[in-house]
Amino acid sequence: MTTDSSPPQLNADAFTLRRRPPSEKLVDTGFRQLSLALASVVAVVLLGIFLVVFTGAREAIATFGLSFITTSAWDPVNESYGAFVAIYGTLVTSLLSLLIAVPLGVGTAILITEDVLPKLVRDATGLMVELLAAIPSVVLGLWAIFVMEPTIRPALDLLHSLLGWTPLFNTIPKGPGMAPAILILVVMILPIITAISRDALNQVPEELRQGAYGVGTTRWGAIFSVILPAAVSAITGGVMLALGRAMGETMAVTMIIGNSNNFSTSLLAPGNTIASMLANQFGEADGIQVSALMYAALILMVLTLVVNIFAKWIVRRLSLRY
Amino acid sequence: MTLTNPAPMPAQDVCMSLQDVTISYGKFEAVKNVFMDIPKGQVTAFIGPSGCGKSTVLRGLNRMNDLIPGCSLRGRVVFDGTDIYAPNVDPVEVRRRIGMVFQKPNPFPKTIYENIAFGARINGYKGDMDELVERSLRKAAVWDECKDKLKESGLALSGGQQQRLCIARAIATEPEVILMDEPCSALDPISTLKIEETMHELKRSYTIIIVTHNMQQAVRVADMTAFYNAEAVEGGTGKVGYLVEFAETERIFNAPSQQATQDYVTGRFG
Ligand SMILES: Nc1ncnc2c1ncn2[C@@H]1O[C@H](COP(=O)(O)OP(=O)(O)OP(=O)(O)O)[C@@H](O)[C@H]1O
Ligand SMILES: [Mg+2]
Repeated sequence: MTTDSSPPQLNADAFTLRRRPPSEKLVDTGFRQLSLALASVVAVVLLGIFLVVFTGAREAIATFGLSFITTSAWDPVNESYGAFVAIYGTLVTSLLSLLIAVPLGVGTAILITEDVLPKLVRDATGLMVELLAAIPSVVLGLWAIFVMEPTIRPALDLLHSLLGWTPLFNTIPKGPGMAPAILILVVMILPIITAISRDALNQVPEELRQGAYGVGTTRWGAIFSVILPAAVSAITGGVMLALGRAMGETMAVTMIIGNSNNFSTSLLAPGNTIASMLANQFGEADGIQVSALMYAALILMVLTLVVNIFAKWIVRRLSLRY
Repeated sequence: MTLTNPAPMPAQDVCMSLQDVTISYGKFEAVKNVFMDIPKGQVTAFIGPSGCGKSTVLRGLNRMNDLIPGCSLRGRVVFDGTDIYAPNVDPVEVRRRIGMVFQKPNPFPKTIYENIAFGARINGYKGDMDELVERSLRKAAVWDECKDKLKESGLALSGGQQQRLCIARAIATEPEVILMDEPCSALDPISTLKIEETMHELKRSYTIIIVTHNMQQAVRVADMTAFYNAEAVEGGTGKVGYLVEFAETERIFNAPSQQATQDYVTGRFG
């Protein structure tokens, strides 16, 4: 090749990595293996926990069968166990707390992300919600016992006197119970719901917002018909995380729910959840009681799994409506 | 460079009148001192180099800039006898009467059908919705691609199809004015021609204002053309856009009165 007639010099030599050295490819494969290994740690741990719980529960499963779920005896003397009260309590407290926390959390997220209020107020609100997440649950439990429950007692009394004829409020509030447990759960899951909804709303592209205003929607129309639907699957994900937290939350709930195994439909009466039952009894339990507690734990794990699958299904349904 | 006064208008109705409009983002004046009388029932094109403020002015015409924090407008934009920036004017009403197609396709995350029906419903449409959806999609040259998947997400379409869906969405609400920001920049030539036909048809009942980088398109569809340009000012942080010349498309392309226009339309720009 002669230099004068050659095409303009391409200077290809300046780019030294056009051909990747084997070592770099090795790093690539190595990295893939590493991520695989890390990911399988999660799976192995999960499987391990499941196996341990299942083996521990086998005796109780053999003895009580499915009636464990439907009966509410919890009698160490006669060695007769049923987890109905705890299962019922777990579901009722977590679902009702979700019912209150979702509108509150999503509403707060809308407030933070939309420019309805001055930026300072919005930032301060966001910060406070985040700080709420940093309070240890034992502190919240103490607060629930000494501050919240006495404060809301008049309101609970009022509920009882007005709606005492419904099964939900037909006992006299006497301190710890399901209702204060639900409220403390609201406080605990509010930060997750708010934070995830806020991120989801921030992810909605600005063009979409403009498109909504462009066809003549009002601010509320844009939020409820376009922006929220665009964020709904991420928000649902956050709500499900919160539900998982509410179902498994132990400390604060144990402190305020009353830990009673007598079944009552009333939210004003003491109750129990699987998590608080485990926390309360595992220390002193032996023999088949340990197995019964393991059985209850297994049920909690299955419930969480079912909830997650259900959530995936809901998200798919919602996305189909788009 | 001197500012040209609005071109002498043939006797006809004015749809929108910009009177000494200056639009700024924060302290930065993006476009300055624009005077324009946009005629009713015609297609007006905005042309000019990138960053000269065409989109900014276009968004100013239906108060879309209100959504951008820090964006402010000085001057008057008169539509139907009132300044749309007057304090008692509801921007939502302005946007119901002045629709918009955006530079980037932005279909709603809803079904194709809902994408059209949503705006119509908001504007209180009482007629046959199925018929409106079909008619709008046909006008936007996207019916054939959509007719079998009206219940699927609008986001499942290709970029160009999405843009035509957005055009359909805008014409479905039958606004008095339609603003289009480079509506065809993501489209193939055939769809582009169809959209242009639609514009010719639409202008019998509506006023259309279109931003385009495609000179031939301006020549084909526009009755009037405005040429914007930008120039650096001393002490400024960026180039400031301004209206160079606004006249019949014929004149802009064949006998412009400004040298800058001449240079731009003949491709000798910059
Ligand atoms: N949201 C914004 N915030 C701040 N400055 C902006 C914003 N949008 C546009 N600008 C500035 O305003 C000026 C005009 O922008 P505009 O988008 O109106 O140009 P344009 O003529 O539409 O360009 P193009 O042909 O590339 O779309 C540019 O200098 C740009 O940097
Ligand atoms: Mg633009």
